[in-house]
Amino acid sequence: MMSATLPTATTSPKLLEVRDVRQGFARPSGGERVVIENVNMTLADHEIVGLLGRSGCGKSTLLRIVAGLIRPTGGEAVYLGQPITGPAEGIAMVFQTFALFPWLTVLGNVEAGLEALAVPERDMRKRALAAIDLIGLDGYESAYPRELSGGMRQRVGFARALVVNPAILLMDEPFSALDVLTAETLRTDLVELWSEGKLPIRAVLMVTHNIEEAVLMCDRILMLAGTPGRIAAEFKVDMPRPRNRLSPHFRALVDDIYASMTARVAQAASAAAAKATTQIALHMSRVSANILSGLMEALAAEPYRGKADLPQIAGELQLEVDELLPIAEALQLLAFAELAQGDIKLTDSGRQFVESDLETRKRLFADHLRRYVPLAAHIRRVLDERPGHRAPRVRFETELEDQLSEEDAQETLQTAISWGRFAELFSYDDQAEVFSLDNPT
Amino acid sequence: MRWSTPTLSVIPRGIVPNRWDLLALPLVLSLLFLFGAAAHQMALPIAAPQAVGLSLNPSHLPGYALRTTLRMLVAMLASLVFTFTYATAAAKSRRAELILVPVLDVLQSVPVLGYVSFTVAFFLDLFPGNVLGAEFAAIFAIFTSQAWNMAFSFYQSLRTVPHDLHEVSLSFRFTAWQRFWRLEVPFAMPGLIWNMMMSMSGGWFFVVASEAIAVGTHTVRLPGVGSYVALAIEQRDLGAIGWAVLTMLIVILIYDQLLFRPLIAWTDKFRFEQTPGEVAPDSWFLMLLRRTRLMNTILGPVGQSLRRIAVWPGPGFARHPARPTPKSLRALGEALWYAAVGSVTLYLVWLAASTVSESLGWRDLGVAFGLGALTMLRVAVLVGLATLVWLPLGVLIGLKPRLAQTVQPVAQFLAAFPANLLFPVAVLLIVRFGLNTDVWLSPLMILGAQWYILFNVVAGASAFPTDLRDAAANLHIRGWQWWKKVALPGVLSYYVTGAITASGGAWNASIVAEAVSWGNTKLAAHGLGAYIAEATTNGDFPRIVLGIAVMSVYVILFNRLLWRPLYRLAERRFRFD
Repeated sequence: MMSATLPTATTSPKLLEVRDVRQGFARPSGGERVVIENVNMTLADHEIVGLLGRSGCGKSTLLRIVAGLIRPTGGEAVYLGQPITGPAEGIAMVFQTFALFPWLTVLGNVEAGLEALAVPERDMRKRALAAIDLIGLDGYESAYPRELSGGMRQRVGFARALVVNPAILLMDEPFSALDVLTAETLRTDLVELWSEGKLPIRAVLMVTHNIEEAVLMCDRILMLAGTPGRIAAEFKVDMPRPRNRLSPHFRALVDDIYASMTARVAQAASAAAAKATTQIALHMSRVSANILSGLMEALAAEPYRGKADLPQIAGELQLEVDELLPIAEALQLLAFAELAQGDIKLTDSGRQFVESDLETRKRLFADHLRRYVPLAAHIRRVLDERPGHRAPRVRFETELEDQLSEEDAQETLQTAISWGRFAELFSYDDQAEVFSLDNPT
Repeated sequence: MRWSTPTLSVIPRGIVPNRWDLLALPLVLSLLFLFGAAAHQMALPIAAPQAVGLSLNPSHLPGYALRTTLRMLVAMLASLVFTFTYATAAAKSRRAELILVPVLDVLQSVPVLGYVSFTVAFFLDLFPGNVLGAEFAAIFAIFTSQAWNMAFSFYQSLRTVPHDLHEVSLSFRFTAWQRFWRLEVPFAMPGLIWNMMMSMSGGWFFVVASEAIAVGTHTVRLPGVGSYVALAIEQRDLGAIGWAVLTMLIVILIYDQLLFRPLIAWTDKFRFEQTPGEVAPDSWFLMLLRRTRLMNTILGPVGQSLRRIAVWPGPGFARHPARPTPKSLRALGEALWYAAVGSVTLYLVWLAASTVSESLGWRDLGVAFGLGALTMLRVAVLVGLATLVWLPLGVLIGLKPRLAQTVQPVAQFLAAFPANLLFPVAVLLIVRFGLNTDVWLSPLMILGAQWYILFNVVAGASAFPTDLRDAAANLHIRGWQWWKKVALPGVLSYYVTGAITASGGAWNASIVAEAVSWGNTKLAAHGLGAYIAEATTNGDFPRIVLGIAVMSVYVILFNRLLWRPLYRLAERRFRFD
């Protein structure tokens, strides 16, 4: 089923080329929020390329540009020499949420793409059944998606994408909605089919935030980082498939990617800290005070005693890199910990926090909030100055939205509220959307 | 602002009637009949109250509008009391549930204006020579347009209280009374308020129609916008109609801003699960109330006393749930209960039938069913036409968030506007161009009801998952195939909800839409609605009963054979998980 009839890569235009792509979205308040900028990449025959990065770095946006679902505001994506201006024939996509039509059976879902291509009826059935067979869905043809488990649903997603014989398969975090075991089975099956040349595709572009998954499956890994997102690093994976997660080579590469990612975080955090003294609109991810205490306690305890290797502690706490980094960043911002070269180290006040009782913790947290988190300090100052000690949420919202996207502004404010509540620095009434200094008695 | 649309509570249980359904219809109809007939025979001729001095001077309109709104609110209070008692009884007692739920199903199928025809005599008799009777009749009519779906909604909520919360309330040793106020009512609140507001929107139509009630040769007119319009029609005053329309627009706008939106925004806090990404409803008025200290001081004591009611253990309730009755005993009890209700029903039917058969024969029954078929044809054709127009448009609008946000409140507003205020314009046009009344009076039936289709479809299309749209684009699904495989199945359950409401509205409107007048010009189409309207004007009680009964049968059949299967299909197959 391999595309033997297609011309070889050397004589034909490149399979996929992304040139200087930039994507901005209009803000409701006017102006533009740039998600990715100056992105260049290629996809060659017979390779699986992974787009790796934290949530919000624009990797899904890049994938959707290649899929022709959104038009870039700058630059272009070129498929076989033709600029992509809409969903292109020969590019199929698998979704994180599966995106199956709940009113169509497995067979109906798989055939939907063929119907759109006006494939003759008999051919259609044959091809659909072949794809269902290939992906291991035999016997489920007449089932509706809601009757299937997550893993089976995603198999339908794969069959639906493969049945149209695409040249490029796009995958948007295809395994992240599945449980660990199911995801691993599906990955292994897919890699096996790919290695044996049974998939009718020339190349795969996949988005993931899971480092191990990227190393397990990809030939090349592109790391996106920053705001706006850019390609910050590229890693080649020269290991024969199937790959062994425990091999030293595999581990070393995972550690490498980890270190490079946290180095960037450390840089970003220290840059932010430098700006922080003046800037209120510093984006803060949603991390609860409980999680912060949890990580600090884990750090202070054996075997780390205040200092840990990030990949190691992530593995120990079963946190994905995507989950660990925001927490580490928040600790750095609050000056409870420091990040350097893939390590995290508790500061003196961090240790003090761990050793204190709840009341002292709250006082310490409040103190650090006022000193290191300009937004929290700002809210408190405004409340202190006002005669009634009350201020509506929208006042701070507009200030933040001047510089952040609407979502980021909301998240930042929500984080400030949750920290402020924990520290009893101020209180907030969600019904009235008002900040105040009164505590319920 | 986009409102999420909770389920409209019109669809209970199965399609196939069970044995309790077989009792419900005759029971309700014969009861209604005997109730009306008793009053009718008690005092003939009816002591019609003094005509109230009405004036077409627009300066009186604000006062009239206030009276009209007050009627609405009183009816709403009555509906709430009914809901809390009837639905609670149905949800708590298995035996009561067996008969109360089918009865409720029949009650909501009886055309609302039919209740007016039935009951006006009774209420006038209660207060001879006094307008209070007519007031009660009008309020009762509005009540009948509001109460049933509220009761259904509440009943369904009570049946679906999450098990863990129920167990918590047991372990806290709440009495049934405490559980009701602390758990069940708050849990049912969002659905109840939504249905309440929908009822109230629909209520404007009936309040306008029931203020001017014809009783035999007399017409009772209560001060209000509806009577103002009736008088304007009688005197052929088009300018006055314009003023009435304007007043109604303002009243509904105020109602929307000061009551509807604040209440919906308020109930958001009772929502059991919050779907992320969905816009939380908000209301400037509610925000104002919450932020103002003065309002908090005023409303504080009210909240306090409500809290006290909830904390009070209640009148003689045990802290432990009763031990369940053994199964064999239950079956026996149920059989006895069925026999009892059955024999009462049989007796009532016999009583009603013997009265009716004095003045009506089989021929009349045939006539009524024939006319009913005509009206049903109209309803079907009109809902079909409205679907052809609003279903595709609604999908296109709903897929554009900005546009949907603008269109949605307008459509809801139009659905609340009493379309019967515009009927005179139609009469003028029909007379002017000499049009066929059987055809051209029909659109009036769907005039107000069509908007339910639009705003439900818009809501459905707005909720369509982005990933699924992307997948369709990625698979190159376009044109007719896109409509057939993607868009229409995606909004089907929302569409059916809208269409059910629209078709119910059209049946109800037929009584006023098939027979309209302008001064001395009277136009009527052939249909069951006109038949009932005529019988009401003539005070022909047996024919009113017959017409209403036949219409109820049609509505029940229409719902059971068409809408319910469609709704169940949509729920089962075309819903997103």
